[in-house]
Amino acid sequence: MSKRLESFIGWIDERFPLTANWKAHLSEYYAPKNFNFWYYFGSLAMLVLVNQLLTGIFLTMNYKPDASMAFASVEYIMRDVNFGWLIRYMHSTGASMFFVVVYLHMFRGMMYGSYRKPRELLWLIGMGIFFILMMLAFTGYILPWGQMSYWGAQVIISMIGAIPVVGETLSNWLLGDFMLSDAALNRFFAYHVVTLPVLLVVLVVVHILALHEVGSNNPDGIEIKANKDPVTHIPVDGIPFHPYYSVKDIFGVVVFLIIFTGIIFFAPEMGGYFLEYNNFVPANTLQTPDHIAPVWYFTPYYSMLRAVTINFLWIDAKLWGIILMGGSVAIFALLPWLDRSPVKSIRYKGPIFKFALTLFVISVFVLGWLGTKSPTPLYTILAQIFTVIYFAFFILMPWYSKIDKTKPEPTRVTE
Amino acid sequence: MRKITSILLIFCLVPLVSFASGPEVKLDRPQLNPGDKISLQRGAQTFVNYCLSCHSAEYMRYNRLRDLGLTENQISDNLIFTGQKVGELMTVAMKPKDAKQWLGVPPPDLSVIARSRGPDWLYTYLRKFYRDDSTATGWNNLVFDKAAMPHVLYQLQGEQSLSVKNVDDGHGGTHEVKELKLDKPGTLSKTEYDAYVTDLVNFLVYLGEPAATKRVQLGIIVMLFLFAMLGLTYALKQEYWKDVH
Repeated sequence: MSKRLESFIGWIDERFPLTANWKAHLSEYYAPKNFNFWYYFGSLAMLVLVNQLLTGIFLTMNYKPDASMAFASVEYIMRDVNFGWLIRYMHSTGASMFFVVVYLHMFRGMMYGSYRKPRELLWLIGMGIFFILMMLAFTGYILPWGQMSYWGAQVIISMIGAIPVVGETLSNWLLGDFMLSDAALNRFFAYHVVTLPVLLVVLVVVHILALHEVGSNNPDGIEIKANKDPVTHIPVDGIPFHPYYSVKDIFGVVVFLIIFTGIIFFAPEMGGYFLEYNNFVPANTLQTPDHIAPVWYFTPYYSMLRAVTINFLWIDAKLWGIILMGGSVAIFALLPWLDRSPVKSIRYKGPIFKFALTLFVISVFVLGWLGTKSPTPLYTILAQIFTVIYFAFFILMPWYSKIDKTKPEPTRVTE
Repeated sequence: MRKITSILLIFCLVPLVSFASGPEVKLDRPQLNPGDKISLQRGAQTFVNYCLSCHSAEYMRYNRLRDLGLTENQISDNLIFTGQKVGELMTVAMKPKDAKQWLGVPPPDLSVIARSRGPDWLYTYLRKFYRDDSTATGWNNLVFDKAAMPHVLYQLQGEQSLSVKNVDDGHGGTHEVKELKLDKPGTLSKTEYDAYVTDLVNFLVYLGEPAATKRVQLGIIVMLFLFAMLGLTYALKQEYWKDVH
């Protein structure tokens, strides 16, 4: 480093902890050396977040949050704005890819027990991010004001209205009207471009601070901090994040971009899964579409919402559906306390956990697929069966994780 | 009240209705070629002659049709009949209120119709009109039962009529087979008419996403760049990770 640059950084360091932060979070943040494929998705989620923020800014410059102009302004972006089509596809594909990346990131945590002590709070902050992300996806999907935007939102809004006692008031307060209308579109625009992104960015920063406090988990689920070099006090199985994981993540970014841009340039609708065909019809408040299906990332929850068909206890079927749907997301937050296994990683867990996790993944896929279909009696029964399996994975975990036959954990990370 | 109705509507009806939009008809697939500018130009000609008098394409500007290899003068002279300027949107003079009175429902804007309906539906729809005295227009459609739109291309295709036959299904029962029969031939033969509609659908697909061709071209360049980066970044990673054991 040149003398001049060194003295400049020294000048800053006296006024702001630049070098200290660089060291704490990058060049002297020690990550386990045995990260595998599943450890790319945290940094990829950050990449997609930046993509959404940047493309979102450019979309905001031309989008009109007005019920009579919204649909036309999106088509204006697609046709008359220079590279508007690219920016819009980057944003719409980014929304779906955000969920792909975050779901894989969460699944990694479930496989390797990353939610266990001392990372419970890290997991809860992550759940907060997931919740904000779903709100962002929902509010963003309303903005083009197509048929699916309108009627999909109508379903969600009527769910808020169905909450006992406060539902009506809450829904009116959120909408600024008694029904989904121009006033609501304006508000959703405000939530989507200001409130929620700010919350999301803050939570992501907090998530990373919490991660760097406790240190990263790894595929073996053992603590690398338990084995430090006696002289340097550096974990013997740790390597500095920069340059090792920064260069590795750059390679991961390129692989991801090949898939991401492949979709953007060659299949932006993704066969109707990323951009639904019915959303190319402007919202018509008088004509309910024949078939309302949410975008793919919400379909498992939508299946569970529809799965309850009987009134049970003093609560009617509709409210049960809403409780199940909310519960299916919220229950992830309990994972740190549901898992009673003596080991963290799936590598050392027994056959029962592996079986349970496999069943859980299958149920998520089946529920997701069912959520895209119109219900038939057979589909409803399937949805009910897989809803039970979904919840059983969590509710029975304290029991099966305890009796499962585990293997001993190694003392050092394995390759 | 309206809110309560809409809630009831959604929760009571949505789970029950499936694709209730009329009879399922097997859709035919047209042989589309988005790179065929002559076909797109023919489609554009048909579009402004037959469609644009009732349907708008109000998200599209006339001068964008330069994509099809036309100059602004050619567009003004051959494709604009409304006295509009070449930079204006492809709107329609008919007011939605009047349209509703005359046709029962305002004709939908066609800018993105190919993206919502899909090319197969459009191709089949435009070829499956038949005479039906029970409707207001005297026309009906196999794909879209009781469509408000009359058969504007009938002079070209001719007039078809519907015949319903009960066919033995081999299991002791029968099922209905709907067939269209050409009663009065039009000025085009069946093959010519199919080709004519193919050109129109080709244009509608272009109209749905004018940037599509450019998108694919740019995509190939981006892919080439990324694959080069893939090699470089992998080599970089390997170089740094040499000393990790």
